[in-house]
Amino acid sequence: MNLTLKIWRQKDRQTRGEFVTCQARDIIPDMSFLEMLDVVNEDLMKAGHEAFAFDSDCREGICGTCSLVINGIPHGGQKGTTACQLHMRHFHDGQTITVEPWRAQAFPVLRDLVVDRSAFDRIIASGGFVSVNTGGAPDGNAIPISKVDADRAMDAAACIGCGACVAACKNASAMLFVAAKISHLGLLPQGQTERYQRVVKMVDTMDHEGFGACSVTGACEAVCPKQISLDFIGQLNRDYLRGSLKP
Amino acid sequence: MKLDARIPSGPLDKKWEKCLLEMKLVNPANKRKFEVIVVGTGLAGASAAASMAELGYGVKSFCFQESPRRAHSIAAQGGINAAKNYQNDGDSVDRLFYDTIKGGDFRAREANVYRLAQTSVKIIDQCVAQGVPFAREYGGLLANRSFGGAQVSRTFYARGQTGQQLLMGAYQALERQIGLGNVTMYPRTEMLDLVLVDGHAKGIVVRNLVTGEVSSHSADAVILATGGYGNVFYLSTNAVRCNVTAIWRAYKRGALMANPCYTQIHPTCIPVSGDHQSKLTLMSESLRNDGRIWVPKQPGDKRPSAQIPENERDYFLERKYPTYGNLAPRDISSRAAKEACDDGRGVGPGGLGVYLDFSDAIKRLGESKIRERYDNLFVMYERITGENAYKVPMRIYPAVHYTMGGLWVDYHLMSNIPGLFVLGEANFSDHGANRLGASALMQGLADGYFVAPYTVGNYFASNSVSRPATNHPEFTKVQEEVKQRTQKLLSIRGKRTPASFHRELGKLMWNNCGMARTDASLQLNLEKIPELREEFWKNVTVTGENNSLNQSLEEAGRVADFLEFGELTSRDALERKESCGCHFRTEFQTPEGEAQRDDANFAYVAAWEYRGENQAPVLHKEPLVYDELKMSQRSYK
Repeated sequence: MNLTLKIWRQKDRQTRGEFVTCQARDIIPDMSFLEMLDVVNEDLMKAGHEAFAFDSDCREGICGTCSLVINGIPHGGQKGTTACQLHMRHFHDGQTITVEPWRAQAFPVLRDLVVDRSAFDRIIASGGFVSVNTGGAPDGNAIPISKVDADRAMDAAACIGCGACVAACKNASAMLFVAAKISHLGLLPQGQTERYQRVVKMVDTMDHEGFGACSVTGACEAVCPKQISLDFIGQLNRDYLRGSLKP
Repeated sequence: MKLDARIPSGPLDKKWEKCLLEMKLVNPANKRKFEVIVVGTGLAGASAAASMAELGYGVKSFCFQESPRRAHSIAAQGGINAAKNYQNDGDSVDRLFYDTIKGGDFRAREANVYRLAQTSVKIIDQCVAQGVPFAREYGGLLANRSFGGAQVSRTFYARGQTGQQLLMGAYQALERQIGLGNVTMYPRTEMLDLVLVDGHAKGIVVRNLVTGEVSSHSADAVILATGGYGNVFYLSTNAVRCNVTAIWRAYKRGALMANPCYTQIHPTCIPVSGDHQSKLTLMSESLRNDGRIWVPKQPGDKRPSAQIPENERDYFLERKYPTYGNLAPRDISSRAAKEACDDGRGVGPGGLGVYLDFSDAIKRLGESKIRERYDNLFVMYERITGENAYKVPMRIYPAVHYTMGGLWVDYHLMSNIPGLFVLGEANFSDHGANRLGASALMQGLADGYFVAPYTVGNYFASNSVSRPATNHPEFTKVQEEVKQRTQKLLSIRGKRTPASFHRELGKLMWNNCGMARTDASLQLNLEKIPELREEFWKNVTVTGENNSLNQSLEEAGRVADFLEFGELTSRDALERKESCGCHFRTEFQTPEGEAQRDDANFAYVAAWEYRGENQAPVLHKEPLVYDELKMSQRSYK
């Protein structure tokens, strides 16, 4: 099939970007969206033009690197699917597709479709961990954890940190990302000691990095490739309230 | 060159203890005076960086990805082995040791593997303490599953995302140290060369992938934890940017490359669908716990799977290896699948596939149980193929997955270059000629959490070569060479893209140095790869500029290194005139078609030394001595 692409071109962080139009020819429905972009890029390079820069790595939906807004929807709108796992069979011949980077103040564009998400790392560095040094851990079975809690913690821990939640949110809020980490660690006994300091520090960093406020519209949950539940934001708010009231 | 593996004397089970006791320590107050560079932030790199920083050393951590959390360890699905014997099924350190040595077809070092088995139990404890949400039983205790090459259940897992969860544990420990100011993190920064001063590894030259700036970093020691080289085959289950560059540049500075021909082909991957494909996707080996692998008995049987009656199906692994059945080790399972397809009994488009069928397990356990165990894998399968594996059998085919070879290291995980340590998949040490499932995560974390922090400290305490400044002439020289190479890539302005060279190299490697290799096919590679490399340096096109984010330049640099590395791999495979584990030379097989080892002549580690441009590399041999186990023909029947 043949497609028309309107892709975001931007030289660097400082330069103003714009949409440019190009053609994707002889695309096979079994290709992933990124493989389609590979074809477009190779054609451009063969003609001596610069390829579009876009981030990707594992191409199996787990590393969280790919970050494309496709036709206005982060990762392209297939439920629970990252852009690298989105296949061309979901598009039709002759279609026009727009491709943009994540849009958020806290995620500046570095080039074309590549953004800087290091704000997420700084949020984790401010408290998203259990403070245990290597060595001296007790036996793994010393603390029994109910299967229900372990499963629920795993549901939250499944977050791949891609930032689609931020890109989908009208306020560019990072609440779902932060809530996932707060819930993952807060649901487990190992995470209790630092539970309330953790939430306060992470939320403070989130605000400081320029992410917006949450108005619980659920746009984040709708686009999350790991289908992280909005309920975790409830958990975050409860913990934050308690953490900020604690002396 | 004499290769000294520095294996401590004494009984096997006391070697590591003895080593720990004999190692010199750095006084706590002096630790902050030492700096270490860690390249790579996967399980091995992140755990080493965090653990070294916790001890008080200064750490600089580098990754080419945008964040340390993106490293490819994240994609490991199935699990991590540990000799906990929580299941009361007779597991022990000795048994894990034995399984690993046997799985590696007696081509790994006994002492290293024993230490790995001993350390495995501590890894689980550490990860649980970090909050890794391992699967639990209803009573609250840790759950286990079984994996290929073992008859006990010793694999710990977090759904089908074990690598992700273990990496999050190590990443969070690393971020904690970054937040505390003990680690300086350099993301989007690619190591392009190693710098030696007075024969010791004292720093690296890197390129900032956003600005293109080339700069030098010095330290008291350098740790490479940069993963495997599976992408030399172009199509593999590795992430598309995984590469050999860091360890290849170290090789060209004098580090020995060991056993590069040991590349593991994983039996359960989604078959190739066409030329456009950029990577292959693994379906976790854990699926073989409940899935049965079969092909039609009749060649050319094109009926849909449901119409093939039970007595016309060949469950070839269960037939050939009744004891292990569908859980036979990876190398054996892969070859058996290839044979079935070579017989014309393959299924799916192009006949390159075998069925992995869950219908019996669904009948026995119910769909909900299977869903609970593997749903994310079934969803991934459907996303890629458009087929529902709860209704029709999955189709799978072997694909390049893991590389057992890598830089040569001694018992301290130090290469032959003093001060250069190599951890995880990037080294060659623990898996011999074939890695067992769920052992890669174990090795990466053992190296990073529990080996390197001690052995690097011992190096600091026992060496007097001080940390040079980055304006030392060696740094200036290497930095200049890196810049020239980059300029050269940009100036060729030829007709072919880096990817087209990479694909062509991949085909040569897969066809001639893949699941089955022959003298003739390998000779062909030694002829064709240099030709392709020559064409690359005349006809590659790299668009864009140096001083900006330029993915085409990054890719070209990596492909250029693969084009050299592929030749060495083929040479290594040619020299090893035996079959062992994943290295299957068609000329050397038993009457039943199994790998035929030649212990009298090939029980050694092949360590290659670089001798300069257009010069043949020199082979050094480290003999493998088995004191504890008797080398025997592997049998999984």
